[in-house]
Amino acid sequence: MKKLLTTAASIALVSALSISAVAADKLKVGFIYIGPPGDFGWTYQHDQGRQAIDARLGDHAETVFVENVPEGPDAERTITRLARQGAGLIFTTSFGYMDPTLNVAAKFPDVKFEHATGYKRTDNVSTYGARFYEGRYVIGQIAAKMSKSGVAGYIGSFPIPEVVRGINAFLLGAQTVNPDFKLKVVWANSWFDPGREADAAKVLISQGADIITQHTDSTAAVQVAEAQGVYAFGQASDMAAFAPNALLTSIIDNWADYYVDRTQAVLDGSWVSTDTFGGMDTNMVQMGPFVNMPADVKAMAETTTAAITAGELHPFAGPVYKQDGSLAAAEGEVVDLGTLLGMDWYVKGVDDQL
Amino acid sequence: MSPYEAILLTIITASTPLLLAAIGELVVERSGVLNLGIEGMMVMGAVCGFAAAHVTGSAWLGVIAATFAGIATSLLFGLLTQTLMTNQVATGLAITLLGLGLSGLIGSGFVGLPGVKLANVSIPWLSDLPYVGRLIFGQDPLVYVSIALTAGVAYTLNHTRMGLIIRAVGQNHASAHNLGYRVVAVRYACIAFGGATSGLAGAYLSLVYTPQWIENMTAGRGWIALALVVFSTWIPGRLAAGAYLFGGVWILGLYAQGMGVGIPSQLLSSLPYVATILALVIISTNRRLSLINTPASLGQGFVPDR
Repeated sequence: MKKLLTTAASIALVSALSISAVAADKLKVGFIYIGPPGDFGWTYQHDQGRQAIDARLGDHAETVFVENVPEGPDAERTITRLARQGAGLIFTTSFGYMDPTLNVAAKFPDVKFEHATGYKRTDNVSTYGARFYEGRYVIGQIAAKMSKSGVAGYIGSFPIPEVVRGINAFLLGAQTVNPDFKLKVVWANSWFDPGREADAAKVLISQGADIITQHTDSTAAVQVAEAQGVYAFGQASDMAAFAPNALLTSIIDNWADYYVDRTQAVLDGSWVSTDTFGGMDTNMVQMGPFVNMPADVKAMAETTTAAITAGELHPFAGPVYKQDGSLAAAEGEVVDLGTLLGMDWYVKGVDDQL
Repeated sequence: MSPYEAILLTIITASTPLLLAAIGELVVERSGVLNLGIEGMMVMGAVCGFAAAHVTGSAWLGVIAATFAGIATSLLFGLLTQTLMTNQVATGLAITLLGLGLSGLIGSGFVGLPGVKLANVSIPWLSDLPYVGRLIFGQDPLVYVSIALTAGVAYTLNHTRMGLIIRAVGQNHASAHNLGYRVVAVRYACIAFGGATSGLAGAYLSLVYTPQWIENMTAGRGWIALALVVFSTWIPGRLAAGAYLFGGVWILGLYAQGMGVGIPSQLLSSLPYVATILALVIISTNRRLSLINTPASLGQGFVPDR
C-alpha cells in the first residue's frame, strides 16, 4: 500500500499510479478522505478502519485511498477514477461527497458505494453513519459535574443537523446534572483550520467557559485547553496524548468492524444497499478512558454509557423542549429518527441562534 | 487577565503570522516580482520548524530551521522565474502546491508528536504591570520580530540607498539595469527575504499559535497575506494596520458569536474579507497614491542584454 500525498491538482495522476500497483485478483476497496489521515481526528479513524480491512481480509482484499479530496467537482473525478481503475467497493467518507457519489454510482452499476453520513441511497449506494450524539450526552453529563463556572464552550464546524444534534445531546446530558448549565457555541465555519479552532477555544475560555468541546477535526482546541488549565474532550479519536491533564475522555468513531463487514459482504456476494446508523450498541461509537475526574463522576459516566449501550437510555427521551420553549417530545416519548436526522433547532438553554 | 487583555492578545496572535508573511512579500513585490508561493513557503517553514524543534528540543533552532526552509523554497522560485524565466504566476502556484505536498511528506513522521512552544518574553516587573504588562512586555518573541521587521522594511525602502535600488528595480528594470544595477541579483535577494519571513510565519503557526504539526495547517493564510500586500498599496505601515484589522475583525467575530449576538456565523466569518475589500476600495479612490506605489514592473521577467 502506497502512502499517497496529493493536492487537488495532482489527485488524478497520483490515484492512477496507486491503483495500478494493486494486484489484479483481489477485491479493490477504495477510500476518499476529506482530510489527511494524520489529522488524529475524523480521517484518522476512517484510515484505521481501512487498515483493519488490510489486516483482517488482506488475503482477499486490498485497499487504496486518496486524501485531501475537496467536496465538489474534484470528488466526482476522483471517485470516477477509482471506479474506472477497478475498485469494487468505494467508501466516500464525508457528507459533501453525497451527490458526486450518486453521480458516479449511476455510471458504474457493478461497483458498490458506501457514503458516510449521507441520506441518499440507490441500488449500489449504501449510507452509514454513527450516533455520535450518544457520546455527546455522556460528555455533557461529565462537563456539568466537572465545571465550576457552569458554562461550557462548544466549537462547531458548520450548522448542519449532525453538529446541531451533538450540541443538543451535550446540553441535554449536562442538564440532567445541572438544569441551569449554560452552553456557548462558536462556529469555526471550517472542518479543519487548527489556528481558527485554537482562536475559538481562547475566545470561549475568556468568556467564562471552563470546559471546551469541539466538533471540528484537529487537536488544536484540546491543546489550548491544556495550556490554559481548563477541561476538554476529544473528538473522533482518542486525543489524550495532546492534553494529558485537560482531557476527560474522547468520543471515538470506530469504523473498523463496519468496514470489514461490508468488505466481507462484497466478497460473499451478499452486499445489498442499506442504511446503517450505528451507536454504542454496535460499538461504532466508543468512549475513551475516563480520566482526570473523581471516582463518582467516572462511575456516573460509566453507568450512563452502559445504559445507552443497553438501549435503556435515549439521549433525546422526552420531555425535550426547543429553544423557543415549545415541546419537541413529551414525557415518555423520544424525538423520532427523522427529526434527529434533519435537526435544525436547538434545545432550551443553548446560548446561540441558528 | 481581564477580557479586553484576552481579546487583544488573541488578536495579536492571529495577526502576527499574516504580518510576517506579508512584509516579506511586500519587499518581493517592490522589487518587481510576484511570488504567489507564500502558502507553500509558509507550510514548509511550519513543518521544518516543528521538526527541528522536536528533534533538538529547542524552539529557537526550530525558528532558524523554518527561516532556512522558507529561503530554500523561495530560491527554487527564484531559480525558475529569474534564471529560467518561467511565468511567475504559474510558478508561484506550483510552489504552493509543491510546498503543501512536500511538507506532508516531510511531516508524516511528526504528526501527533508533542511540540515545543516558543516561550513568551518575561521581563521582571515590566511584564507584570497591570493592563499593559502582558500586552507590551510579555508577548512571544516573534511578535516583536514582526514589528521590528515592519519598521526596518519601512525605513530601508524609504530612507536608504538599498531601498532606492529595490524600488528602482521594481519600477523600471531596464532603467535600473542601464544604470548598472544587477536587477536579477537584487530580485534574488528580495525573493530570499520573502522566503525567510514566510518561513518565520510558518514557524509562528507550528511553534507558537498551535504548537504541533498538522498537514495543511496554514489553511489559506498565505493567500490572505498576499491580499494584504495589495490592500496596503505596498506601504509597510498600512500593511501592519491591515494585518491587525483583519486579525481584529476575525477574532471579534468569534467573540460576537460567543456572546450570542444574533448575527449568522457565516456572515461574521466573512466580515474580515468584507472589511479588507471596503478598505481597499476606499484607498484606491485616490488613484494617484496607488499608482505611485505600484511597482510598474510587477510580475515581469527581466533578461539582461549581455
